[in-house]
Amino acid sequence: MTVSPNLDQRFREAAVSMALVDMGFDVVSSPVGPLFVAASERGLAAISFDPEPDAQLERLARIGGPRVLRSPRSVEGTRRELDQYFEGKRRAFDLSLDLRALPPFTVSVLRELVRVPYGETTTYGALAARVGRPRAARAVGTVMNRNRIPIVLPCHRVVGSSGDLVGYAGGLDRKITLLQLEGSI
Amino acid sequence: MQSVAIPPFEHFYREHRSEVLRLLRHRVGTERADDAFQETFLRALQAYRRLEHGQHLRAWVLTIAGNVAADTLRRARPQSELVEIGVDDDRPAFEELAPMTDGLPPKERAAVVLRYGYDLSYDQIAAALDSSEEAARQAASTGVRRLRRRSQ
Repeated sequence: MTVSPNLDQRFREAAVSMALVDMGFDVVSSPVGPLFVAASERGLAAISFDPEPDAQLERLARIGGPRVLRSPRSVEGTRRELDQYFEGKRRAFDLSLDLRALPPFTVSVLRELVRVPYGETTTYGALAARVGRPRAARAVGTVMNRNRIPIVLPCHRVVGSSGDLVGYAGGLDRKITLLQLEGSI
Repeated sequence: MQSVAIPPFEHFYREHRSEVLRLLRHRVGTERADDAFQETFLRALQAYRRLEHGQHLRAWVLTIAGNVAADTLRRARPQSELVEIGVDDDRPAFEELAPMTDGLPPKERAAVVLRYGYDLSYDQIAAALDSSEEAARQAASTGVRRLRRRSQ
């Protein structure tokens, strides 16, 4: 017996409005391909360039709890700001973030990362220095590589000290696209 | 003993939603099944955080669906019909039918009131009067004939 899209949607909406969802997610289209986006009541928890949700759900459950449910409404705010960003109408995100389950060093690096302005770039070493660990450039690189909320936490703005773009977990093409959008390159 | 991990709710929901809907349509009818479906999975969500393992989830959700179906049927009999009466002005309410049917044998009176006052179907009346559908139909028609004779 097939559950009609209408009934399915009704249930998902009700679940979110009754605050019964630990992590809501949906797939959002963007110029850098479909994005998997997940948010809890606390805020945006994850963005992934891998749009196949099934691979992500266990991870979300470990972060926020087992009540992981697809629901467009949970990620409405993020979707809107991402759309504006990709249209060139937004330079900073105004979203609360859910950084649960991340190690303290990661959180401190991400808090500095989010202050790197639109249209500018920094280096792994400079970011390491800003969190008081000037020799931890490599560790900062690892944090960037594992960044749970790319784009909004702008790891694409971090480049090598020689100006080399180095790499990007989502693929170098995407890093280039984002930096071009922001007018950095 | 190895405990079975609790799957993300999305996986649980997708795995069982068809069977839950099928059960509910069978138990409460197509018309009420959608509400019961939503209620079932909202109850499951409410309890999901307190689950200690992921075993027997199918039996668990079908039990919830069974409880929701029972609640739906219990609520549906008197109440939903009463609500409809309030909305539909053309239908004589019990207050109007009560004096008219006064003096009918109890079973005929109940059948007439339920049929024409509350617009219940004969199988619903049969359930309410704890009799067969045929007996309910009989009681209502005998009652109406008696009333006609009386008004002539």
